[in-house]
Amino acid sequence: MDLTVFWFILIAVLFTGFFFLEGFDFGVGMSTRLIAKNKNERNQLMSTIGPFWDANEVWLITAGGALFAAFPSWYATMFSGYYTLFVIFLLVLIARGVAIEYSHHTHTDKYINYWHWLIFGSSALAPFLLGMLFTSLVQGMPIDKDMHLFGTFTDYVNVYSVVGGVAVMLLSLVHGLTFIGIRTEGVVRERARQMLSKLFIVLLAGEVVFAVLTYTSTDFFTVRPVATPVFLAITVACTLLAWAFATKKKESIAFTMTGLAFASVVIMLFVGLFPRVMISSIDPAFNLTIDNASSGDYTLSVMTKISVVLLPFVLGYQIWSYYIFRKRIHPTKK
Amino acid sequence: MDVLELARVQYALTTIFHFFFVPLSIGTIFIVAIFETMYLFKKKAEYLRMAKFWGKIFLLSFAIGVVTGILQEFQFGMNWSEYSRFMGDVFGAPLAVEALLAFFMESTFIGIWMFGRGKLPDWVITVSAWLVSIGTLLSALWILAANSFMQEPVGFEIQDGKAVLTDFMALLTNPQLQVEFPHTVFGALATGAFVIGGISAYNLLKKKDVEFFKTSFNVSMIVAAIASLAIAFSGHAQAKHLMDSQPMKMAASEALWDDSEDPAAWTILAIGDQQEEKNTWNIDLPFALSYLAYGEFSGSVEGMKTLQAKYEEKYGEGVDYIPPVWPVFWSFRIMAGFGGVMLVLSILGLWFGNRRKGILATPKWFLRTMMFAMAAPFIANTAGWIMTEIGRQPWTVFGYYTTAQSVSPNVSMGQLLFSTISFSTAYVILAIIMIYMVARVAKQGPSIIDTAPKQEKVDLMDKEAFK
Repeated sequence: MDLTVFWFILIAVLFTGFFFLEGFDFGVGMSTRLIAKNKNERNQLMSTIGPFWDANEVWLITAGGALFAAFPSWYATMFSGYYTLFVIFLLVLIARGVAIEYSHHTHTDKYINYWHWLIFGSSALAPFLLGMLFTSLVQGMPIDKDMHLFGTFTDYVNVYSVVGGVAVMLLSLVHGLTFIGIRTEGVVRERARQMLSKLFIVLLAGEVVFAVLTYTSTDFFTVRPVATPVFLAITVACTLLAWAFATKKKESIAFTMTGLAFASVVIMLFVGLFPRVMISSIDPAFNLTIDNASSGDYTLSVMTKISVVLLPFVLGYQIWSYYIFRKRIHPTKK
Repeated sequence: MDVLELARVQYALTTIFHFFFVPLSIGTIFIVAIFETMYLFKKKAEYLRMAKFWGKIFLLSFAIGVVTGILQEFQFGMNWSEYSRFMGDVFGAPLAVEALLAFFMESTFIGIWMFGRGKLPDWVITVSAWLVSIGTLLSALWILAANSFMQEPVGFEIQDGKAVLTDFMALLTNPQLQVEFPHTVFGALATGAFVIGGISAYNLLKKKDVEFFKTSFNVSMIVAAIASLAIAFSGHAQAKHLMDSQPMKMAASEALWDDSEDPAAWTILAIGDQQEEKNTWNIDLPFALSYLAYGEFSGSVEGMKTLQAKYEEKYGEGVDYIPPVWPVFWSFRIMAGFGGVMLVLSILGLWFGNRRKGILATPKWFLRTMMFAMAAPFIANTAGWIMTEIGRQPWTVFGYYTTAQSVSPNVSMGQLLFSTISFSTAYVILAIIMIYMVARVAKQGPSIIDTAPKQEKVDLMDKEAFK
């Protein structure tokens, strides 16, 4: 296999892993204001992701690093082209990271409450912004012959990208609620289930709208006439299965299904992009592809060796850490 | 001010701010791991309390280090897209390895170290603390490998106007990295040690938790003294290396416009003018520059005017190859000066801490000095990076790519203003919160970790639980 293809796949895997993992901790963050009614319940919810969220976020940092290393021009065009979106996204990540950690070190109820509001807001905004990024990206952006992206407001913010943002936010929330189902005990577990039963309808509606807009706003149904509808169907099917299993209190399977629904959307986007990495709306000749945006063969082969050696260890100890902290978190009372 | 200058300001602000927390985290987790190890072998509860207490400072620092680090990574693509295009083939690899090797290790084992106590055997917790510490050091190694390439490009060739890696191992055996890595890492260890030492001194001054802070103080001073010595040696090695690799930076750090005499005198202080390319006033120390540059008391050092002529011949005319001299000149002196102060203070600290009279007999002026000396490593670190990065100007990649070429062409002044203002505001807020939180931890002392709320199970039949 061509190394550029391998790295495209690896980056897709890193983003998929990121959304699968950080998706639920975004969702847990959002649920602190939706299903928890007091500080102790919020703490209980946050405890479910305490040991994990930081490592989950590293999936994004690694995806960013891999993008830089394997496809420098993709990295350069996307990050400079989506400047304002990334500024806001970074501010959101700063707020979230600091709020989660510093809420552990704060003892005054008032200030803990502020941190929890920050966690809620940032956990909702972060997936929304990422959803916007990817959906606007696959519609095509005004990229010129020198690979420079000069966008206007509607290139970033339009119906499809807003729907994409909301869809990713909803997926995160649902995924987070199923995670709470397997990680907690007591009243929040029950409330998560109740909320899920209502949210699944909203999510399914959102997925259908998203699928229709993908048909009208992108060329994905033309370039991938089979894969695109199949992955969209898998997303809807997994959502339905998750709904069924959540109702039956089979929470582990429900969690797996919401994760698969999420992953399937991300895979659909990357499969539709391939072999392009950024689509030019000006002229297809200006598209960034895995060939014209990539690093040299030597760099790619060195990094391939390194990642093949390191990834098993990374996955190994991450899985181990999930195994250590597998027990349900019980409610606390002061 | 134009886009380029503002992008540089933002880069400087972000890097300086980020690099307050990086060395503090590297230094504190190293000492925390030492306390974890002491607890593991001696089973004294007091050592566990030290690991937990100083671990708090580490966690407060690490959280901000991580989030500003993401900004640091993204900033290359956002503000310096052309640099990323030019350098991605070389620069991306160490960055990706840093994430894969170091970031995952740090973040996962921090979780295990924080939340695993009681669930896992003690030795696993100790090993986790060390793995976090090793993770921070590996992270430093890879990012400094990338930075060293910018100072001294190795193992690559230019193809179609881009730097293309040809020898990955050359990045790690880069002579610049051999001097830059130990210098930076020992600086980081000293930073953690001085903060722990300073907070201990504050509490010793108040005679609070004397045993606790005495041990903390003594351990931190051992680390501080060893690190400060190593900083001096590696710093000297780096200066000598600079003579070969970036003579212009060396000359700028000495405000040496014309070639020196043989043996060369070291300019201690100087006032001068960059436009007129001369010093109007200076105090010299005979022989010292020859020693600094060559390790012996003879040899002439080339001045900036000579080097400008040489660079013009090599890299092309019409470019001013002389960096802003005065920031480089003064930051070098500030760095070296505070480094010297740290060495003296840490040795004094070792002596006062281990006298037979006991640590409480330590003069108050010294403990007070140690409190203020917490700032010293931060000032020295910052000054060191200002010297390194401004001294490399006008280049981003020395000899191959200039800062002016590197900036994103599609980012507007408005966008840069928006990002610079919002990031700076975030930094100010974070700094205030961080200082407030650390001060609270320092003031309350170890009792802060004893009062952590205990987890209790709730009665599920309790009506209140379902309200």
